[in-house]
Amino acid sequence: MFAFIISRILQAIPVMAAVALISFAMFAYVGDPVSIMLGQDFTEAQRQALVASLGLDQPFFVQFAKFVANAAQGEFGLSYRLSRPVAELIAERAPATLELAFCAAVIAMCVGVPMGVYTGLYRNSWLSRFFLTFSLVGVSLPTFLIGILLILVFSVWLGWLPSFGRGDVVQLGWWSTGFLTVSGLKALILPSITLGLFQLTLIMRLVRAEMLEVLRTDYIKFARARGLPNRAVHFGHALKNTLVPVITIAGLQLGGIIAFAIVTETVFQWPGMGLLFIQSVGAADIPVMAAYLMLIALVFVVINLVVDLLYYLVDPRLRVDRAAAKGA
Amino acid sequence: MAAQSGPLGRMLDSDLWWSFKRSPVTVVSAVVALICILGAVLAPLLAPHDPFDLATLNLGDAFKPPAWSQDGDMAFPLGTDDQGRDVLSAIMYGARISLLVGVCAVVFSTIVGVAVGLVAGYVGGAVDGLLMRIADIQLTFPSILIALLVDGVVRAAVPREVHDRIALFVVIFAIGISAWPQFARTVRGSTLVERNKEYVLAARVIGISQIRIMLTHVLPNVLGPVLVIATLNLGFAILAEATLSFLGVGVPPTEPSLGTLIRIGNDFLFSGEWWITIFPGVALIAMVLSVNLLGDWLRDALNPRLR
Amino acid sequence: MRDRARGLALAFALGMAWVAGAGMAPGAAQARSVRWAASGDPNTMDPHSQNVGTVTMVLQQIYDPLIKRERDLSLAPGLATAWVQAEPGRWRFTLRDGVKFHEGEAFGAEDVAFSLQRALQPTSNFGIYVDTIERAVVVDPLTVDILTKTPDPILPNKLASVFMMSKAWAERNNAARPQNTRAREELFTTRNTNGTGAYRLASREPDVRTVLARNDAWWGWAVEGNAGNVTEIVYRPIASDATRVAALLSGEVDFVLDPPLQDLGRLRAAPGVKVLEGPEVRSIFLAMDLSRDELLYADVKGTNPFKDIRVRRALYQAIDIQAIHRTTMRGQSVVTGTLFPEQVNGYAKEEDVRLPFDAARARALLAEAGYPQGFAVTLDCPNNRYINDEQICQNIAAMWSRIGVRTAVKSQPLAPFFAQVQRDDTSIYLLGWGVPTLDALYSFQSLLATRAGAQGDGIWNYGRYSNPAMDALIQRMKVETGETRQATIREALRLYREDIPHIPLHHQMIPWAMRSNITIPHMANNQPYFRWAVVN
Repeated sequence: MFAFIISRILQAIPVMAAVALISFAMFAYVGDPVSIMLGQDFTEAQRQALVASLGLDQPFFVQFAKFVANAAQGEFGLSYRLSRPVAELIAERAPATLELAFCAAVIAMCVGVPMGVYTGLYRNSWLSRFFLTFSLVGVSLPTFLIGILLILVFSVWLGWLPSFGRGDVVQLGWWSTGFLTVSGLKALILPSITLGLFQLTLIMRLVRAEMLEVLRTDYIKFARARGLPNRAVHFGHALKNTLVPVITIAGLQLGGIIAFAIVTETVFQWPGMGLLFIQSVGAADIPVMAAYLMLIALVFVVINLVVDLLYYLVDPRLRVDRAAAKGA
Repeated sequence: MAAQSGPLGRMLDSDLWWSFKRSPVTVVSAVVALICILGAVLAPLLAPHDPFDLATLNLGDAFKPPAWSQDGDMAFPLGTDDQGRDVLSAIMYGARISLLVGVCAVVFSTIVGVAVGLVAGYVGGAVDGLLMRIADIQLTFPSILIALLVDGVVRAAVPREVHDRIALFVVIFAIGISAWPQFARTVRGSTLVERNKEYVLAARVIGISQIRIMLTHVLPNVLGPVLVIATLNLGFAILAEATLSFLGVGVPPTEPSLGTLIRIGNDFLFSGEWWITIFPGVALIAMVLSVNLLGDWLRDALNPRLR
Repeated sequence: MRDRARGLALAFALGMAWVAGAGMAPGAAQARSVRWAASGDPNTMDPHSQNVGTVTMVLQQIYDPLIKRERDLSLAPGLATAWVQAEPGRWRFTLRDGVKFHEGEAFGAEDVAFSLQRALQPTSNFGIYVDTIERAVVVDPLTVDILTKTPDPILPNKLASVFMMSKAWAERNNAARPQNTRAREELFTTRNTNGTGAYRLASREPDVRTVLARNDAWWGWAVEGNAGNVTEIVYRPIASDATRVAALLSGEVDFVLDPPLQDLGRLRAAPGVKVLEGPEVRSIFLAMDLSRDELLYADVKGTNPFKDIRVRRALYQAIDIQAIHRTTMRGQSVVTGTLFPEQVNGYAKEEDVRLPFDAARARALLAEAGYPQGFAVTLDCPNNRYINDEQICQNIAAMWSRIGVRTAVKSQPLAPFFAQVQRDDTSIYLLGWGVPTLDALYSFQSLLATRAGAQGDGIWNYGRYSNPAMDALIQRMKVETGETRQATIREALRLYREDIPHIPLHHQMIPWAMRSNITIPHMANNQPYFRWAVVN
């Protein structure tokens, strides 16, 4: 058990190192922060001084080594664009993205699972067909188009919901939350739906497929043969067995939600990490971009680690599998 | 159906074709997909204008609404954009690029994925462990993030002038490379099953080379699921390209794909010139939806247990 | 643990109370709040660090300069009540009595000397406004003498852009020099302010919201004309055009500084929303490589066609500027044939004449110059700096292609674009130029002087245009005064028109959109002055 955890953590290190190299290399030569920071009037000498003070005149690997050493301590320097510590900026934006991701995930689960169960049980009803078509439309519509259309309908035409931002937020220590105000909650609706829709359709189709598989298994047939009512069979046996893989996939998808938040936050001007990232790309703000990518990579690695461990604990068969795989 | 020889032809004739005819949704989506593909491929022949020929653009033609509305012009059936470009022609040429990127990306990930899967499944051992470990790591990241990363790395690595020339390949590579593990996993699983079957063992005993066994005996047996994944991935690839273009890092604006057209048209959505973004959006959705429906049908049709 | 739980409960209760309060707010006191949006967020609150419009638009509500701009941009007393050039090289400023900073310090001559000195520091971005200043001498608490290295006739124009801050406050908070955004440092002044202005900074969350509260003790409320009644300004940056417009239409914001042109029609038609139109002091033009013997980005080898004035004329006459004005700019531009608009000192109507649009003539000129088949060239263009910059470039590319000059547009965000042109790594490019001093010299010196050692000469002349006659006129502009100087500027404008170092396009118009109940004067420097804003 302990060896397993250690080995997984050791495997995560090269992943993080690769991401660090990529995130640094990616932005080292894109744009030129110098010219943005100087503004309209400056002299060549000022420019040179600035290049030197940013360390941009040093060789690539010197810059990279410094970057890694600092990153390991959570120190990403000051944003070129906002002249503030990057760690602070990200800490400020994290609550916005996490609350949005949370709501999107809740919507996806709470709507996706029942729809999946229904379509799995009543495969040929017209409602199932409607749900399936709907899910296909959901998969086929690009996220940004969904967001734009929702704004057009609910903000501009109907005027019901805000089109941008988080509304009023309440500070709880360093965490700023939109859950405690009416305008904050209203502002969450459209972006969460936009972000959650793709995951919703995914979960629905997954649950449906799992239900169909499970309903075919022998123990369900035996359960029916034993004369258990449909209800007990469906929800007591089938659904329970369906949910393990569904929850796993949903957990993994949480990372996907955070990544896709880049698009949603751009459309809704949601002041989260994704918007910060895209704005930083526009301003060639290397420290912020690098930090964001590192953070996302870390989130993914941690989520996967946790899912792996849970699997290991929950499903004894896997332990055998892994042992076998290692032996081979 | 004339072609009846070979296992594929027989399957088409009997099972697939039957289930195809039975599903009106599938027939409709096949027709839509066919229209999209023909319109895109034959754009230089069919399109009323050449949107890439700057010398034919006239600013006086800008912002013309679709032909059926009051100020419409029959020369521009779906209206014109801010540069006086015919929207219909732009969509046809744009779909060409979207489709090109999508198909190439899928072909690329299929080749990589199938090759890796075959090798991993057939050779096994440490090679298998390593390859699948890489696939695992990559699968943990969403493909859009991988594509963003790859695109960004290439942007950083090559000078801008070079990048403009290879941008299309970069996008294809970025999207393609993010999808190969799905293929690899599936193919590996099927290969593991096939590997120990008696006919493979027999082939090995009579001294047929490993590569030949893989290609002639193992590969045909795993093609079904690969086809399904490829079809479903085509939709994703087209959407991924549109998303990248929407974020401004996709294909260069000199060769606008549907995603680029939507991004540009989006600026005019609220100002009443809705046709500039809505029509490319509809085209994109029609294309992706029909491909996805076909993929769905194919998956169900090839997996008789679900029927 | 119990403490934390109690803290949370308290925070929750406060949150709920706050929700309840927010619901009642409109009915309560006579709070007149303006929720204001624009695309960018100020990147610092330091008054002498960043010389960019997005910073100034917030800081000018908080800080006062010695000399203020009136509604027509003429000069008016600010923290100085009078100024006079006592002798060449020495200006005397008499300061306003009884002015207090937001934190209570009295304003005086020491603060002026300190602020000017601060703006002169290398970490300041305001060097261009104080470049001639030798030092400031405190005569008495309300009198200050400014000594210049050379006589500077337009010093008051420049000082209208330099904010005054408290010496004691800055020194107490270790901010005696401007924040060095370049060295990734954060100073106290990055997030805190202490001005003498009509509003003080109430709270700030970078990139999210900045709240300003009315300073009832402002000296200016007693001055005639400053009749604003806004008690609170909430600024929120909204980068996306569509979102910004949607926010105004749905009532989430009250004032949008930079509505996209294509949405103006809709905004005008929307109930409860109005659009103020006016010109901006910013001119858009094309400049080209006039120095190299072979263009970097063209298919003609061994020669530089732009050096031939007939080619420059051809490109000029191929542009149907009226079509761009009508379609791309939707009427929101002032078509021009000269370097700067009429608000700038030195403007001459008779020099503001364009070469007529004439594609046939353009083709003939090209053939005459030896390019009957035209040539191919790359036009460099920013895509997020000026109004519809990328579209303008595409328009022009189409127009040039029609006379045979096959033009590829290379558009980039402003960061890589400026990085590229500042290396002179371009053959032809689009640029926009604002004139904060409202004097001709600023444009001529930066854009058209031969780039040499002299401070500021030709620093934005990326085509490296060099004409000794132009240089001589520019040097004269620097020292002459009165009518002689005006004549020199006119002469330079005539040369500009004849020599075609640039192809002028238009001056920008800057519509502002707002709720109908707001009255605010439209300013050509694109700065909303909320001290003049009235909300009904």
